[in-house]
Amino acid sequence: MAIAVFALILTRNLFSVIVLSGIYSFLMATILVALDAVDVAMTEASVGAGISTVLLLGALHLCKSKEAKPVHKPWLPLAVSVSTGALLVYGAFGLPEFDDPAAPIHQNVVPRYMQNETDVPNVVTAVLASFRGYDTLGETTVVFTAGAGLIALLRRRKKAAPEGARRKGEA
Amino acid sequence: MSNDLVLRVIGRLLIPFILLFALYVQFHGDFGPGGGFQAGVIIAAGLIFFALTHGVNTVRKVVPDWLVETMVASGVLIYAGVGLAGLLFGGNYLDYFVLDHNPVHGQHRGIFWVEVGVATTVSGVMLKIYYMFASRSGLED
Repeated sequence: MAIAVFALILTRNLFSVIVLSGIYSFLMATILVALDAVDVAMTEASVGAGISTVLLLGALHLCKSKEAKPVHKPWLPLAVSVSTGALLVYGAFGLPEFDDPAAPIHQNVVPRYMQNETDVPNVVTAVLASFRGYDTLGETTVVFTAGAGLIALLRRRKKAAPEGARRKGEA
Repeated sequence: MSNDLVLRVIGRLLIPFILLFALYVQFHGDFGPGGGFQAGVIIAAGLIFFALTHGVNTVRKVVPDWLVETMVASGVLIYAGVGLAGLLFGGNYLDYFVLDHNPVHGQHRGIFWVEVGVATTVSGVMLKIYYMFASRSGLED
């Protein structure tokens, strides 16, 4: 995974960048499987490695395949990202152990989720669709809004072209 | 790419299984991993694969633009409609316990329709994005 990340930073060819990020997504999905988060792994594999690779290739078709030379020196963004990463690692040391049953996250709402009054065997589905139905409604609305925004942005030009052509023909 | 014979034949063979797997992920989401979001993405991925091997216009004949746009909106409406159904049956918004005489069955029914809504919107949006890119970049042939 680290190799994929460094190759991502170093390559200037956008096609190989897209392929490498697909590889990164698949590796991420295997890590999520190892962490027993199968639902998230499935999403990562299908969205991160599948759909977004195809969409990025479609976008690449519209532009040049070489990354432009950077205009600014990279030191300030590098310092910001390195210090943020260091802060996150420092914070991760304060987290409880991965399989600690006494961790705070297992103490509050999880016992009620595990009682499983919905009688759905997959707890992830029960939490997403029932216990946190409002969250998922919001997420679906976000996906809808993204799609609607994209339709509004990209369709206008397609419609405007034949209209303009017709006007020219009339004149 | 749409002229590659091997890809076309293999694509035709694989797409029914991809769509079947999507339906499995959708309806088995209560028991195994998966659910509406994943199923929607897999449906869209199968159709995009079809578009890559057979051209976008062939897919447009199967799933026309008006249908995709209706899917984008109707998924959210199905989800919100389940919430309103909870209100009509005398519960709170998005309360599934009241959807059936047996509260547990009500939960199952609510989760089922909510997942249907999510899958509809997600697959619609993904397909629409692909259509948009494809119609702009001349991949239509």
